[in-house]
Amino acid sequence: MTAPADVFTAVQSQFPAASARPTLDHPAINVPMADAVAVLTNLRDTQAFDFLVDVTAVDWGVEATPRFSVVWHLLSTTKHNYVRVVAACVSDTEPVAPTISHLWAGANWHERETFDLLGVRFEGHPDLRRILMWDGYPHHPLRKDFPLAGIDTPLPDLEVGELTKATAAPAPMMGGPFVASVGEMNMTDAEPSAKDESWNERSNKPAAL
Amino acid sequence: MVSPNTELAYNSKIEGDLVVTRADAVINWIRANSMWPMPMGLACCAIELMASAASRFDIARFGAEVFRFSPRQSDVMIVSGTVTYKMAPHVRRIYDQMAEPKWVIAMGACASSGGMYRSYATLQGVDRIVPVDVYISGCPPRPEALLDALIKLQAKVQKSPGTTKDLL
Repeated sequence: MTAPADVFTAVQSQFPAASARPTLDHPAINVPMADAVAVLTNLRDTQAFDFLVDVTAVDWGVEATPRFSVVWHLLSTTKHNYVRVVAACVSDTEPVAPTISHLWAGANWHERETFDLLGVRFEGHPDLRRILMWDGYPHHPLRKDFPLAGIDTPLPDLEVGELTKATAAPAPMMGGPFVASVGEMNMTDAEPSAKDESWNERSNKPAAL
Repeated sequence: MVSPNTELAYNSKIEGDLVVTRADAVINWIRANSMWPMPMGLACCAIELMASAASRFDIARFGAEVFRFSPRQSDVMIVSGTVTYKMAPHVRRIYDQMAEPKWVIAMGACASSGGMYRSYATLQGVDRIVPVDVYISGCPPRPEALLDALIKLQAKVQKSPGTTKDLL
């Protein structure tokens, strides 16, 4: 089994721009976006990281720069260890990352999901369409500036929308989101509930919050 | 040799007993006792819907065992599960394809109100896109609750006025 430090050392010897990323569990490596595909190819071909566990991205907040980071999780099925590769997107408004669907076919849908929910465009992807929300949905719901309740949007089928006068309207939050209380022993109190019920769709959320 | 029937009036000894009623009542009675469901099974409520059709609960006792996967052959759409905005237009289109008369049961918290999914992706109650006749609470409701809703719907159908007038 490769020791965690070895993975990083091997990567850095070939990619000097790579740096170690603080981590609580498995080794993690920060790489520039331009090196990402080369690093992942190197990990797959020389260090036996043959299994792509996950492709996702992180939105660090509207104010943050870089705002978006793309994350790849790799597993070696022969050496039984994981590695996490992180690359920050250059643009904060139009985040772009290279596709790795030619390295692992399974990345195809992961990248579509990341594009759908966070709006990271994967260049070279063979079919970068939305996968969860419908085609033509104008927002990326997992971005930090997108409210959980949603934004008023026409239904995917305009004909039905016209007939029913229904839209994808913001959900009533009633002081939510509803969260469970950690460590609560009384089962009634432990039920998920809104922590602040002072506002709902009739009386607005206080501005201070 | 058959003797010629010289009686012009109705003979109850030959033809059996006669019940006099209204066309509305007969048509409503026929409709209520043969409700063919359109199983709009979208989430876990559909498991309970299937259980209602199985031997332990046996929805056939109420004349609703003929689940039709074609909307053109069904009478009552049982929306059992979470309706996402992506799915909502399809639910409406299937409802539109059902032949009149048609009814809708919103089964469970999600179909009735969006349930625990208060989010950008979930329709907050199927009554925003189709007219609902009976709502069932529960997450998911037990099969008895679905049978109760069916009985309530049957009562509603039996009472519906002007059925014959609508047909003519």
